[in-house]
Amino acid sequence: MGYLAPVIALLITLLSGLILFALLGVPVGAAFHAYFIAPVSSIYGLAELAVKASPLIMIGVALSIGFRAQVWNIGAEGQLISGAIAGSAMALVLYEVNAWYVLPLMIIAGVSGGMLWAALPAFLRTRFNVNEILTSLMLTYVAVLLVSWLVAGPMRDPDGFNFPESRLFHDAALLPRLIDGTRLHAGILVALGVVVVGWMLLTRTLLGFALRVNGAAPRAGSYAGFSQARLIWVALMLGGGTAGLAGLFEVAGPIGQLVPSVSPGYGFTAIIVAFLGRLHPVGVVFAGLVVALSYLGGESAQIGLNLPLAVTGVFQGMLLFFLLATDVLINYAIVWKSRKANHEIRLR
Amino acid sequence: MNETAVLAVLTIITAATPLVYAAIGELVVERAGVLNLGVEGMMLMGAVCSFAAAHYTGIALLGILAGMLAGLLLALVFAFLVLSLQSSQVATGLALSIFGVGLSALIGQPLIGVAFSGIQPLHIPWLSDLPVVGRLLFQQDILVYGSFLLVAGVYFFLKYTRTGLVLRSIGDSHDAAHALGLKVIRVRYAATLFGGACAGLAGAYLSLVYTPMWSENMSAGRGWIALALVVFAVWQPIRLLFGAYLFGGITILQLHGQALGINVPSQLMSMLPYLTTILVLVLISRDRGRIRRNAPASIGQPFHPTT
Repeated sequence: MGYLAPVIALLITLLSGLILFALLGVPVGAAFHAYFIAPVSSIYGLAELAVKASPLIMIGVALSIGFRAQVWNIGAEGQLISGAIAGSAMALVLYEVNAWYVLPLMIIAGVSGGMLWAALPAFLRTRFNVNEILTSLMLTYVAVLLVSWLVAGPMRDPDGFNFPESRLFHDAALLPRLIDGTRLHAGILVALGVVVVGWMLLTRTLLGFALRVNGAAPRAGSYAGFSQARLIWVALMLGGGTAGLAGLFEVAGPIGQLVPSVSPGYGFTAIIVAFLGRLHPVGVVFAGLVVALSYLGGESAQIGLNLPLAVTGVFQGMLLFFLLATDVLINYAIVWKSRKANHEIRLR
Repeated sequence: MNETAVLAVLTIITAATPLVYAAIGELVVERAGVLNLGVEGMMLMGAVCSFAAAHYTGIALLGILAGMLAGLLLALVFAFLVLSLQSSQVATGLALSIFGVGLSALIGQPLIGVAFSGIQPLHIPWLSDLPVVGRLLFQQDILVYGSFLLVAGVYFFLKYTRTGLVLRSIGDSHDAAHALGLKVIRVRYAATLFGGACAGLAGAYLSLVYTPMWSENMSAGRGWIALALVVFAVWQPIRLLFGAYLFGGITILQLHGQALGINVPSQLMSMLPYLTTILVLVLISRDRGRIRRNAPASIGQPFHPTT
């Protein structure tokens, strides 16, 4: 039953989506086709699906580990941006260098950037008892402003006619493409690696056990001697590191430079992905693909049917609502009682 | 007092008012033991619906009502999920925020770039014409006065009425309250809906008064700052008023920083409210005992009457 709830939620979301399209006055059949069929009916489309799914899966896995431990890192978007900034800075510093070690250095910078952005909430939570939900979220706004300042000022392309963008990265600073003619980059392989590592960590190690116990029964965890501060640090560093890596992959993969809007909200959407995947690394893979399709469908419907891109956000929000609502089916069984049975119970 | 100072105070007031509305609503919700993280989403829906209603009908009051209704309806969805279906309050609140951001952007699509005259300040004969004092105290729009009345009302309600006591007891121990025969779920529904209407009203203030227009994501994190303000105020209405005005003061630096001779890029100045929020949370939260004494004891916990 536990695995059925997300499927039910998806179906209800689809149904509500069709009603929404009807309300917007869009032909339902065409909208359905533009949203769910057209994007994945070509090799290019499938490659785009993987491009969009890989940051969602990567961050989703790390967030689900954190959420299981009741560490609510909802600032992954900021950590993603900060990773993109740090990685881009490395690429620009090594702009003249054309060597194999440029990309690894950028990866290290990206991961560190994301971790740094997550370190503040972790430090404030463990040292000063500050709620990590609010701090991680506030830092997201700070990161958005920081990147918009950087690309307009210090990191702006000197030959770029004052456009708020950095220089285009050299080939040495770009991720290898997996299929020619598409934007599919090596990030998807890393994302799948993150899934395997996440699964191992959560189910096969003491640390994973400690994280799960801390989430399910914090007091039992502290009696068992698991340091809560350590677990908070681990959860936030995992989230920050993967989000930073995902951010780096965006600038070194599909984008190829630092721009003001690095991601269309992957960090926030990964929260939905984590819940839709039942906070389980394998579930997150499926959830990531489904939610990535909603991004692609939104773009295709915008081009084909002139539907606003915001529909994507509505879909994603609805999906999470319905998922949380169907969870009640997991926690409680529906009991159909006839009036007679009720009467008999009362007599007893 | 010169012109600049008067303008500065006016800026503080208009910047603080939406925070007061959103935060006082959330304060009541939290005192009833419910944590609604969807303030940002409800605020945005309030902003877009009130702007749409005011724009299409031309009546500002209808806009305000529409904003409150929009916030209330979203809060109803939240309340149903959290109180009737017992979903996780944190997750549901996040969903509400994500959903509100998306839906408001969708609804607001045709309203981008549309102008609205806004709500005019009140003009009270004689009093409004006084120098300085008249402009500061007697020439605000009606929602500013309303925000002070609301805070006073909530203060009185929580402290001196029986229903307020019931609400606080439910927030502190829903099991004990239930055992006394108090209607836990019903009171929590009422509190959550009140919070939703307040957040909607805060959104209405943004799109009708603060910047009379609609733009995507126009609340820019104010819903989250309102959540932080409730913690800053250690769940006390009067402190919350001070907190909101403190944040209003920071917007001055942001808007008039250049004029004051602070030569920092605008993006960096815009970080101030968010960084201040973090700082303020640190200052308050580091005193664990104080938080524990003041926070509603059963905040965020699900309640089922049969168990």
